[in-house]
Amino acid sequence: RKSCAVPSSPCSCSWTSSSVLLTFAVDRGNFKTCDQSAFCKRQRALKPGQSPYRALLETLELSDSRLTLQLINDNNKVHLLLELYRLQGNMTRVKINELKPLRPRFEVPDVLIAEPPTEPLSVLSKDDNGVVLSLGAKNQRLIVSARPFRLDIMQGPEVLLSLNSRGLLAFEHLRLHKDTDKEEDGLWEETFKSHTDTKPNGPTSISLDFSLPGVEHVYGIPEHADDLKLKTTDGGDPYRLYNLDVFQYELYNPMALYGSIPVMLAHNTQRTMGIFWLNAAETWVDISSNTAGKTVFGKMLDFVQGSSEKPQTDVRWISESGIIDVFIMLGPKPSDVFSQYASLTGTQSFPPLASLGYHQCRWNYNDQEDVKSVDQGFDQHDIPYDFIWLDIEHADGKRYFTWDPHKFPQPKEMLQGLMDKRRKMVAIVDPHIRVDSGYKIHNEITSKDFYVKNKDGRNYEGWCWPGNSGYPDFTKPEMRAWWSSMFAYDQYEGSMENLFTWNDMNEPSVFNGPEVTMHKDALHGKWEHRDIHNIYGLYVQMATAEGQTQRSGGVERPFVLTRAFFAGSQRYGAVWTGDNAAEWDHLKISIPMCLSLGLVGVSFCGADVGGFFKNPSTELLVRWYQTGAYQPFFRAHAHLDTTRREPWLFGPENTALIREVIRQRYALLPYWYQLLYQAHKTGMPVMRPLWVDYPKDTATFTIDDEFLIGSDLLVHPVTEEGSRGVTAYLPGAGEVWYDVHTFQKHNGAQNLYIPVTLSSIPVFQRGGSIIPRKDRVRRSSACMENDPYTLYVALSPKKFAEGELYIDDGHSLNYDTKKEFIHRSLTFANNALTSSNLCPDCNFLTSSWIEKVLILGASKPSKVLLKMDGKETPVDFEFDTSMSVLTLRKPGMNAGADWTLLLQ
Amino acid sequence: MTCLHLLLTLVFAVSLGTPVEIQRPRGVPLTKKPFYEENKPFTCLDGSRTIPFDRVNDDYCDCKDGSDEPGTAACPNGSFHCTNAGYRPMFIPSSRINDGICDCCDTTDEYNSGAKCENTCKELGLKERDVLQKMAEITKEGFLLKQQLIEEAKKGREEKQGKVTDMQENKKQLEEKVEALRTVKETAEQPEKEAKERHLKAWEEQKAAIRLEKDKAKMAEAFLELDDNADGFVSVSELQSHAELDPDADGTLTETEVQGLMGGAAQVDTSTFESVWTNIKDKYHSEVSREEADMSSAQKARDDFEDSEKALREMDDQIRNIEKELSFDFGPDAEFTYLYSQCYELTTSEYIYRLCPFNRVSQKPKYGGSETNLGTWGSWSGPENNKYLVMKYEHGTGCWQGPNRSTTVKLTCGKETVVTSTSEPSRCEYLMEFTTPAVCQEPANMDLLPHGHEEL
Repeated sequence: RKSCAVPSSPCSCSWTSSSVLLTFAVDRGNFKTCDQSAFCKRQRALKPGQSPYRALLETLELSDSRLTLQLINDNNKVHLLLELYRLQGNMTRVKINELKPLRPRFEVPDVLIAEPPTEPLSVLSKDDNGVVLSLGAKNQRLIVSARPFRLDIMQGPEVLLSLNSRGLLAFEHLRLHKDTDKEEDGLWEETFKSHTDTKPNGPTSISLDFSLPGVEHVYGIPEHADDLKLKTTDGGDPYRLYNLDVFQYELYNPMALYGSIPVMLAHNTQRTMGIFWLNAAETWVDISSNTAGKTVFGKMLDFVQGSSEKPQTDVRWISESGIIDVFIMLGPKPSDVFSQYASLTGTQSFPPLASLGYHQCRWNYNDQEDVKSVDQGFDQHDIPYDFIWLDIEHADGKRYFTWDPHKFPQPKEMLQGLMDKRRKMVAIVDPHIRVDSGYKIHNEITSKDFYVKNKDGRNYEGWCWPGNSGYPDFTKPEMRAWWSSMFAYDQYEGSMENLFTWNDMNEPSVFNGPEVTMHKDALHGKWEHRDIHNIYGLYVQMATAEGQTQRSGGVERPFVLTRAFFAGSQRYGAVWTGDNAAEWDHLKISIPMCLSLGLVGVSFCGADVGGFFKNPSTELLVRWYQTGAYQPFFRAHAHLDTTRREPWLFGPENTALIREVIRQRYALLPYWYQLLYQAHKTGMPVMRPLWVDYPKDTATFTIDDEFLIGSDLLVHPVTEEGSRGVTAYLPGAGEVWYDVHTFQKHNGAQNLYIPVTLSSIPVFQRGGSIIPRKDRVRRSSACMENDPYTLYVALSPKKFAEGELYIDDGHSLNYDTKKEFIHRSLTFANNALTSSNLCPDCNFLTSSWIEKVLILGASKPSKVLLKMDGKETPVDFEFDTSMSVLTLRKPGMNAGADWTLLLQ
Repeated sequence: MTCLHLLLTLVFAVSLGTPVEIQRPRGVPLTKKPFYEENKPFTCLDGSRTIPFDRVNDDYCDCKDGSDEPGTAACPNGSFHCTNAGYRPMFIPSSRINDGICDCCDTTDEYNSGAKCENTCKELGLKERDVLQKMAEITKEGFLLKQQLIEEAKKGREEKQGKVTDMQENKKQLEEKVEALRTVKETAEQPEKEAKERHLKAWEEQKAAIRLEKDKAKMAEAFLELDDNADGFVSVSELQSHAELDPDADGTLTETEVQGLMGGAAQVDTSTFESVWTNIKDKYHSEVSREEADMSSAQKARDDFEDSEKALREMDDQIRNIEKELSFDFGPDAEFTYLYSQCYELTTSEYIYRLCPFNRVSQKPKYGGSETNLGTWGSWSGPENNKYLVMKYEHGTGCWQGPNRSTTVKLTCGKETVVTSTSEPSRCEYLMEFTTPAVCQEPANMDLLPHGHEEL
């Protein structure tokens, strides 16, 4: 929802205090630059050059699954242990830790879904200079060079990726204060603004560099409010990964935001690779490129002269503590990288169908009466929605799991009212707990000793919405189990099965803490907050989602939205891009922000429609609805201080525009649902950059003002004020795209100018695809459950098309536990459209049927026959010659049946 | 796939109590029945195409305007008619047919969804008639009250206008008197002025000394006069007998006003009386007439002039106040006049809200704390056809990082004049509901109230 303007004072006061923020922008002074973060400054001072590390080849040990080898730092004689694994699915894992650390160093648990299965490594050759290992297929080798230590992954004669090639491996070993050879600032204590980090363990940071020859485009490492393609960081700050509650964040810079996923993708026309740096401490990522400074002319000159050095991107990761644990995902296709990463950290959770509908949120819907009247407003204006949301004011004194007795005296009555309309609600549950001896949750956490501790071992306390608050230690499995149990219907009073949860402020946000978060020397058991910071938010959502599943006896799918996240968070629900603003640039940035998240596993992403802070102009609001309707998580939200902005408050014309685009969203729910299922099964992103599907088309590599939904819909939202037209790039030489509104056909591999009005949202369907829709839009997704499908068959130039249809009950886990779903393949070839079963041993019955088939780019048949159960029956049809659209009228077969439609 | 009934037999209970059967396709209102002739080709109501009759309500949308599917959810823009016998007929979007939610009280929208709907039309009809009846009664009584209000306002207005006319007449006389006294004063001052010019400084000092002394003497005298019970203290009640001290000149000197004059003290002694004296000396009328023996003739002329000038100013103020009141838009028949200078309060769990029509709206925490201005009178801002249904109060106390507070007051007909609810739909934008007989419309004839079957 929100963050605090005045971190040094309790936020409840800041709303009325005189410390008014004069400018609308982040107060950068509240957040560290690399220079103000002692380890980053120290590490960054290290320049590329000869590495002091040497591999001790005589220590090499090779087992079936791993190779170990000691490294020595010749400057201080500290020994490190290198572990190399060849992982199934074309991945390599590189771990480096101290051979004999003074104390154990933190290794991040609970992110990998299992210990990654390995494949045998074999030594191809070995001499004094190094070792050559086989990585199995495709002539891939891993070369360990001894002096200086360096790793190269090669395929044939080509180097794919090198480690420590610039000599920036730096591993600060644990030491005693008395043994510190020189007294340097920030080693054993560090102060930022009024906060002192006591750093009892001294310097513990780690760093490693990676070189990517042939690579000019790198992506990922969210969350940053920046372009899709990552920029070089020379001369500026590195990209920072440190989950922070940033008040009124600014765009186009590398500052840290609410979540961190330390995964970077590297792409060129030949190959896509990924680097997953598994570390939960504060992390900085430097990117440099040998071509970044060159002009197009310079590059061309190199090319003509043939003297070009190969383009190369160099990346350097720096983390404050823990160990080096890197997964190198070798692709080679984009989809391979997605499945490789999914095999490590899991896939997007499969959400309940309703959560793909429209969500209406505001800080705050004031009381039950307000909720009721907003609900009625949707019906009065015939606009569908599935979820209405309650922010922090719903709870009694910000005591989560409770209801304000005056504003929400009868929560069950309210929830029942929504249930009668087949709609749902989300109420916020934040992880800061009001310190109040009259509050059950606080008392139980206290008595079970589940709070995070400060450096002196007492319960850590900080300021947040309720005032003085404690922070449950979500890193403890027992704590998470207890938290989950609080969602049981008999524990969470006033809750019902249509009440779901929103976890905000889980960075965690501490208004009076350093950088508005927790002190790094706070303690989670034996680990410092420093070690675990970036994973705290993941644990909150994990425990919440688990609680929701448990309350239903393991039958129902959870739905939990989180603001903070880490690698693996995709397994627990949806994320949103936090507290944006009602500005055109914020609308624009929602696209690269969600695309970046999709690339690293988090498909269920959205931005606050309308913008959280400030009041949007009507035009901006309409444009934001049009954009949001085509992004995975579709929720309007607004700050407490903004004027009301329910969709019907801007005059009948604008109400109609918003209604229209929300209806488009609902008609496409079968496609969205199928894509989420695919993401859940394979790790393929739902909202994708164009290059994912057109990896050889360099024109797509930097596009982030348009995107694909799955492979088959291309969306170019209008994000400019007063726009009269947009230029969309339609990829794919030899392919065609159909305007979904007019069915007009356009050729691929062109920049297409599209004139727009306020009602336009340019969307194209790929020729060669079949998209199922439910064109009977009703007031909520549940109301549409049994409705018939219309199939939109968009033919390729070769008169071919294929698609899928996925159906289940929309809310339970039975698809997984009992195989209760329908999954069909739809193929149009040789003038026949066929539905065949992709899961013959599945069982699910639907009453939905096929009411209509539209074939775009068709020619007029003389006759259309439905072949089903051995019988042939004629089907009525119409043909629109102007757009070449063939409409088959009411073929009527059950959506789960085998059938063929023959065009003669 | 679903199987649908093309025709539906509708059974009505008409007012005579005789059942009548009328056949027409499901979802079609009686008025449109002629367009749906069984076994004849059907032409979409927008005329766009003609289809065989068996395609009407066959759960596939053929007409762009949705008219071929009045009884199914097939058309995105269709509407379904429910007769709701016993209540009122209505149209619902056809997307609500068989969506599992009971929309029509006669349950006809959920004929194939498995939703368990009960026919509630009769109850709704009764309830509605009950509500309408009550409303009608309220309207009737309210309207009578309104007539009184209009009458009173008319009288009040005439009185005030008369008063203003009288006052303006008096004012004229006063103005003449002031002019006359000015001449007297100036003549009388002439010798003094000359002397003053000669001994300006000495004169000023002397004058000040005299004034101070006189003032002190006057004060002592006044104290003794005021201290009726001779207890050495002047109390609130003792001071209150001097109506001329009324600070707002409204004719009554209230206890609060006296307390104000006394600086909040319940009584004062001679030493503390000095500060009270500064507050009252200009208006204070001595209880015994005294000769100001030592008053120079110039001083006398000056005082006379000043007194009359003051009286003129006061009269001007009074005229202005009445004219201000008369200038307000109190409605087409001045029916809102009675709200002027009144205040109405509503206490919620946290706050006391106060509406002073044509003046301001405010909010005060129930358990202590300062008052917040939620807006001062702005304008009537109801819909075009009747702007007198909504009042707007603007430019209240500013919000942190937000706009100035404002309040919209919605007026509804009621016998009583009360604030019935307040809310804050958006931050710092308040909404108040207020009932008053002043907005009650002339009641329609009771016989015209709906009885549930107007369609037949």
